[in-house]
Amino acid sequence: MRMLARRLSLYLVTAWVAITVNFLLPRMMPGNPVQQLIGKLTGRITPQQVHAIELAFGIGLNQGLWAQYTGYLHQLVLGNLGVSITLSTPVATVLKSAVPWTVGLIGVSTILSFLLGTISGALLGWFRGSRMDSVIPVATFFQAVPYFFLGTVMLLVFGSSLHWFPVLGAYSQSVTPGWHWNFIFSLVRYGELPVITIVLSSMAGWMLGMRNMMITMIAEDFVLMAVAKGLPRRKVIMHAARNAVLPSVANLSLAIGLVVSGALLVELVFNYPGVGNLLLQAVLNEDYPLIQGIFLVITMTVLGANLLADIFYFVLDPRTRTEAAV
Amino acid sequence: MSAIRIPRSPKVLIGAGIVAFFAVLTIIGPYLAPYNPSATNFNANLTPSSTHWLGTTALGQDIFSQLLVGARATMIVAIVAGVVATILSITVGVAAGYLGGKTDEGLSLLSNVFLAIPGLPLLIVIDSYLPTAGRSNSFVIGLVISLTGWAWGARVLRAQTMSLRNRDFVEAARIIGESRFRVMVFEIAPNLLPVLASSLLFTILYSIGAYVTLAYVGLTSTAVWNWGTMLYWAQANNAPLANQWYWFVPPGVCIALIGTGLALMNFGIDEFINPRLRAGGLSAKVRRASGLPRRPRLGFTPVARPREMSAVGTKVGA
Repeated sequence: MRMLARRLSLYLVTAWVAITVNFLLPRMMPGNPVQQLIGKLTGRITPQQVHAIELAFGIGLNQGLWAQYTGYLHQLVLGNLGVSITLSTPVATVLKSAVPWTVGLIGVSTILSFLLGTISGALLGWFRGSRMDSVIPVATFFQAVPYFFLGTVMLLVFGSSLHWFPVLGAYSQSVTPGWHWNFIFSLVRYGELPVITIVLSSMAGWMLGMRNMMITMIAEDFVLMAVAKGLPRRKVIMHAARNAVLPSVANLSLAIGLVVSGALLVELVFNYPGVGNLLLQAVLNEDYPLIQGIFLVITMTVLGANLLADIFYFVLDPRTRTEAAV
Repeated sequence: MSAIRIPRSPKVLIGAGIVAFFAVLTIIGPYLAPYNPSATNFNANLTPSSTHWLGTTALGQDIFSQLLVGARATMIVAIVAGVVATILSITVGVAAGYLGGKTDEGLSLLSNVFLAIPGLPLLIVIDSYLPTAGRSNSFVIGLVISLTGWAWGARVLRAQTMSLRNRDFVEAARIIGESRFRVMVFEIAPNLLPVLASSLLFTILYSIGAYVTLAYVGLTSTAVWNWGTMLYWAQANNAPLANQWYWFVPPGVCIALIGTGLALMNFGIDEFINPRLRAGGLSAKVRRASGLPRRPRLGFTPVARPREMSAVGTKVGA
């Protein structure tokens, strides 16, 4: 339990750092970007909106930084993330409709890529030095391609040229969203290509890490023992793989941030209605409250996912549980 | 410290070759470019021909020139970010690993916090507040990227330092009265080199990705040519849907190639650190010549001795 408690406190500190960075950045940046934005928007937005932006970013307030900070934290606790400048709706409302798409897309892709990468890595490690090793440079290439570029190529080749997959959006325009088979089927069909893109780009990392661990593990006596006992090969591989997978799982929580970073752009390519797409719209429109809100929500979600990954590790590795008893 | 043996597997050679090619391109690329990459005095949307090897953009700019000129900004940002991030990770990682105690706890917390915050969203937030002058400055962008990219290296270096810290030679240096600083810089640091090299390559790889992504999103100055800006303009003009592959494919392939080169070099370093991985890197020819079985036997790690090119099955961990 101690390990989990440590991780939890790390994530709490991280959340606090993210919130504080979010608060300080617009106030510390040279050139006063928010003031400039208000200058650009004058005439296009109402004085009330200008006032709201000024309040949110602490411009022209007779308040010290500390008072602003506590006020900011208070608003956050109330779930108030400010109002989007371009959409004129509360940021929290905008995010509520975008977050499930992203969590679904990235969640499914991450789990798939971890499973596929780990299994293929285990096999590559076991059959090291065989012809299967030629997969490594190919996998490395896919890992080096930026997610959004691979997405563009996939969209072009399998979407608009070959028409194997429907593209652009998260579901067909002809079905109404709801819990019925038509919609779910459409959802899956439209999700295939983005998921394949993310899996292809992120799988190589798991694969190569697992291969390395597997090769190290094979030299251990317990594997030799398993072979000597006459266990079938499938069982021996499983035996070694179960032990080799631990570092991968330990790294899972750290890798989630990287995958999320890449996957956000895949949304842009496929016009997926998630947080990534929203973030880029916000960047183009210099919608600072929205950018900040999205950053916070992404960070909190990633931290939540990290905690889940840690719990998974805790369940998998009995040593983390006995540690407390020793 | 003896001379560093450089692993010579085909993977490393190919990787180093690719990286060297792009390094040369960084230096001479802008001089090789046949035209000014921003000049708009050609016909728009030309397909590749002998005068325009990769055709022209929707604005009538020569794409091949953009590719050659763009190499420099891409690489400069990546190198600035990679070097600064590595310096940060050495400082934090080695100090945390060697000093231990409260310092270690504080510094580890710092790097773990930076690892847990998703890098790209943080980059986008910082970058969106940068004034235009900052966005067009390769060094400013490089510094911002390095801020989000140092933590992984610090973690790896800390682990390695901790394992070195209690070795006999470090103990001996301490006993003869070397200062802490001297022990860290002259005793421990040289033994961190392989890990350090691997972390530098990884960080450069990350920085290229981060920079290109920022540019693609439109968060760097569109007046500075790099491979990400090229993709940004290609996307903005719907080049992928118009089937102008010669516009958006070359920059993407360049990014992927240099990334592959860096990663292949990293494999070499991994095999250097962990000899068990090395057998997998031997080519079929070498394996046959040295009488190794095609598939390594279980429990035995074949080791190829580079000098006499003979290989023996050595029981590892016995």
